[in-house]
Amino acid sequence: MSKQYKAAALISGGLDSLLAAKVMLEQGIHVEGINFFTGFCVEGHTAAIRKKQQDKPKRNNALWSAEQLGIKLHIVDIVEEYKDVLINPKHGYGANMNPCLDCKIFMVKKAKQWIEENDFDFIITGEVMGQRPMSQRKEVMPVVVDESGAGDLLLRPLCAKNLPKTKPEIEGWVDREKLLAFHGRNRKPQMALAKEFGFEDYASPAGGCCFLTDENYATKLVDLWQARSTRDYEMDDIMLLKVGRHLRPKPYFKLIVGREEGENKFMQGYTKMFTNIKTVSHAGPLTLIDGPADKEDLEYAAQIVARYSQGKNEEAVTLQISRVNEDPYEVTVKPLTADEVKQEWHV
Amino acid sequence: MSEHTLDARRLLCPMPVIRTQNKVNELEKGDILTVTCTDPGVLNDIPAWCRINGHEVLNTSQEDDEIFITVKVC
Repeated sequence: MSKQYKAAALISGGLDSLLAAKVMLEQGIHVEGINFFTGFCVEGHTAAIRKKQQDKPKRNNALWSAEQLGIKLHIVDIVEEYKDVLINPKHGYGANMNPCLDCKIFMVKKAKQWIEENDFDFIITGEVMGQRPMSQRKEVMPVVVDESGAGDLLLRPLCAKNLPKTKPEIEGWVDREKLLAFHGRNRKPQMALAKEFGFEDYASPAGGCCFLTDENYATKLVDLWQARSTRDYEMDDIMLLKVGRHLRPKPYFKLIVGREEGENKFMQGYTKMFTNIKTVSHAGPLTLIDGPADKEDLEYAAQIVARYSQGKNEEAVTLQISRVNEDPYEVTVKPLTADEVKQEWHV
Repeated sequence: MSEHTLDARRLLCPMPVIRTQNKVNELEKGDILTVTCTDPGVLNDIPAWCRINGHEVLNTSQEDDEIFITVKVC
């Protein structure tokens, strides 16, 4: 009996990685999925926080893909290691703060380590030549091969016929003739293949899976780095950038104002770590203060928070200010008017 | 067979799934793990992870904002 070769598939939860894995399964390859969690993955987080979205059925598309394929999925936490990729990308950023090429190289490198540790034979990805402006251009596809260290153990089933032969093809582990030659940004071939395989309800084609490609999110991240004068972050920072309305009235502190009940509830978990402001006399949002605001700053912040409360048109609103490890105290302030909340404060 | 617990409160998916996965990988076949979470996403994600990796969800319950999922390692 001939050996069954084993491939580790990078599964993002999108259509391309689903199809690439299926193409390999069709050739009798044993496939298991790897999904890397960078902390910036769109999967889950915001939907879990915001109450109004909780009524919608929520699924993790990487898990869904693995279930459709009937393969195991290993989710790997790379939050800490990923910092260096984001902060010091050798190949730079895309349109926003997305270090797509360095990210791809890093993930393939991690997959190479994984196959060595788990006795797998090669790696597959759902890359399609020319599909993505940064990481899937024809000229950078060999860069991923070289800089990841994967070499000829990296097979891209959806566009393999456009690329030099890899070891699995040379050695006959897979049949190159049954691989594909997809290229460019046209998604119709993928959709047709999905139909052929009977995949329905797959994640939005070409949909981004990373917050770093989102302009608003990237702006908040850069603002955070500028305010702290250091390009670093913790997991809690990443999470809080996804939540609330961010206003920076002074360079050294900002307000994170909950926009609805789900966000307020989520932010409640951070009240022991951040100075926070709650409305007392009227219904209103929970607000976290990020940065070294003094007593005067906090009173001003209270006026801003009051603007987002039910008492925004009243003469006086009472709020409770709680500093970390100090007794809370109350202040009564006049809410700022809409004009006084300056547009440039909004991050 | 031994029983274990895992606190995944305040974590958002997929972190509770990752913690569950890593804990299960340390356990023996037949062991029981009860995970406590607060992200409702786990109601879909942990059972899905168990299905694809061959483990069994014995029980799911909710009390106030906390969700308890009991998994048998298979």
